[in-house]
Amino acid sequence: MIVDVNVSLSRWPFRRLRGDETPELVEMLRQRGVRQAWVSSFDGLLHKDMAGVNERLAAECRQRGEGILVPFGSVNPRLPDWEEDLRRCAEEHRMPGIRLHPNYHGCAPGDPAFARLLRAAAQRKLVVQIALKMEDERTHHPLLRVPPVDASRLHELIPSIAGLRLVVLNGTGLLSRGLLSKLAAAGAFFDIAMLEGVGGVARLADQVGVERILFGSHFPLFTWEAARLKVAESGLDPSRERAILSENARRLLGGR
Amino acid sequence: MTTRREFIAGAAAGLAGLTSCGGISPGGVAEDVGIWNLHCHLYGLPGKSGRERVASALAFADRLGIRRLIFFMGMEVGVPSPSPEDLRRYNDECIEAIAPWHPRVLGFVYLDPSRVDSSLKELDRCVRDGPMVGVKLWVSRPCSETALDPIVRRAAELKVPVYQHTWLKAGGNPPGESTPFDVMELAARHPRATLICGHAGGDWELGIRAIRTAENVILELAGFDPTAGVVEMAVRELGPARIVAGSDTGGRSFASQIAKVVGAHVPESTKRLILGGNLRRLLKPALEARGIPA
Repeated sequence: MIVDVNVSLSRWPFRRLRGDETPELVEMLRQRGVRQAWVSSFDGLLHKDMAGVNERLAAECRQRGEGILVPFGSVNPRLPDWEEDLRRCAEEHRMPGIRLHPNYHGCAPGDPAFARLLRAAAQRKLVVQIALKMEDERTHHPLLRVPPVDASRLHELIPSIAGLRLVVLNGTGLLSRGLLSKLAAAGAFFDIAMLEGVGGVARLADQVGVERILFGSHFPLFTWEAARLKVAESGLDPSRERAILSENARRLLGGR
Repeated sequence: MTTRREFIAGAAAGLAGLTSCGGISPGGVAEDVGIWNLHCHLYGLPGKSGRERVASALAFADRLGIRRLIFFMGMEVGVPSPSPEDLRRYNDECIEAIAPWHPRVLGFVYLDPSRVDSSLKELDRCVRDGPMVGVKLWVSRPCSETALDPIVRRAAELKVPVYQHTWLKAGGNPPGESTPFDVMELAARHPRATLICGHAGGDWELGIRAIRTAENVILELAGFDPTAGVVEMAVRELGPARIVAGSDTGGRSFASQIAKVVGAHVPESTKRLILGGNLRRLLKPALEARGIPA
């Protein structure tokens, strides 16, 4: 049983992907032993009608998710009345969390609007995922280069927001060892999609604690097997492997 | 937890990737599907000595069923402009580190195209008269420059491939860093040489297109994120025989890099070529000359 906390629906703007049609994605996840996938929409990166993005996401999960897909809405705190987007995610779509892209939305963690969003999400008991990047900036389209999120002060924000459950996506190859430790101490969780180096998952567990690591593949933009083989390469004992593959995520979501 | 049986069987529905590759699974399974890994470095690996680092690399490789590793360069990334003595030391460090496991672990000689004379001597010392079976060029100058022709000509005479790091960076490449276009210029001047276009140019949708027409240029898949689709496009545009897997370990993991092939939507026979068969073919003359079964 695997819970994959980093999966996306809809179209990556720059390439067609195997799995960018929901039925195919669900089938590929099922074949690989994934029993729950936390999904957001690629549309959340650049679209301005975020309510429409989230409505489609919720409908897609409900109608084609086969009980696997758990929707995580997109909220852009730079958009007018983003609070209504957040309300709909929580109240109308019954989403357990949201996924943020501060670099694509031009709203860094140090921005007061970003802090307000985190506070509002925590009050609604939503899990908050922050994707620090989506792809290697060296391979960006030359006319759409988006630097990664500056997360250097994120650890200072977390303790000031009561009840915040924060997951850092696509950050483990980017964050320094010191910053990883500070974020872990502040209570953040991390996925492994962009973790690199041999035995990386075991090393990360030593740095931040195995209880803070979640299985995230960044599928379908990344090949799903990369995350799974990274766990295998690290040679973890069964209890640590189980924690990363599913138990930590289930606990974070309150046993769902 | 997913059991090994579940993982390999992965639902009988023909789990693309892991089962179709056969033998790559968690839990130390290492059914021999002949995976060779082209691109390993001593730096970034656990261990103090070179031998300790190779041993640790092999421990990780064993968990994924990787049979053969190819290392190049020394204990450190190295200085921007290595002296002939630096190059000699780096190559000695590599030869010394892989010695206990040779020929399971092989090496490429590391040469600086800015220092052709000393590089030719080093090529003879380490390949013609030594254990190494290929050439890795430092990024001191674009490989399209004619100054390095003698190195490539000599490598072709010795029947060993030449590995060239390449990237096409959105923000522009630093001076000396080659692109796939540089490799194409070199290939046109040396049709008998086998040139490996490292990292697929990084921005692989461009890199693959750039090398389409040169049959003696091989695409290498190491050292960039495991973005889905690279193998499918490469097979479509280049054919299955012109692609080799690698890792860029220890900066990268074996896992993330071979996953590009394991998870690709291509026939099993194609995966086997990319994971090992093609590299075996490229290195066969050098291995046979040393009495090593390919």
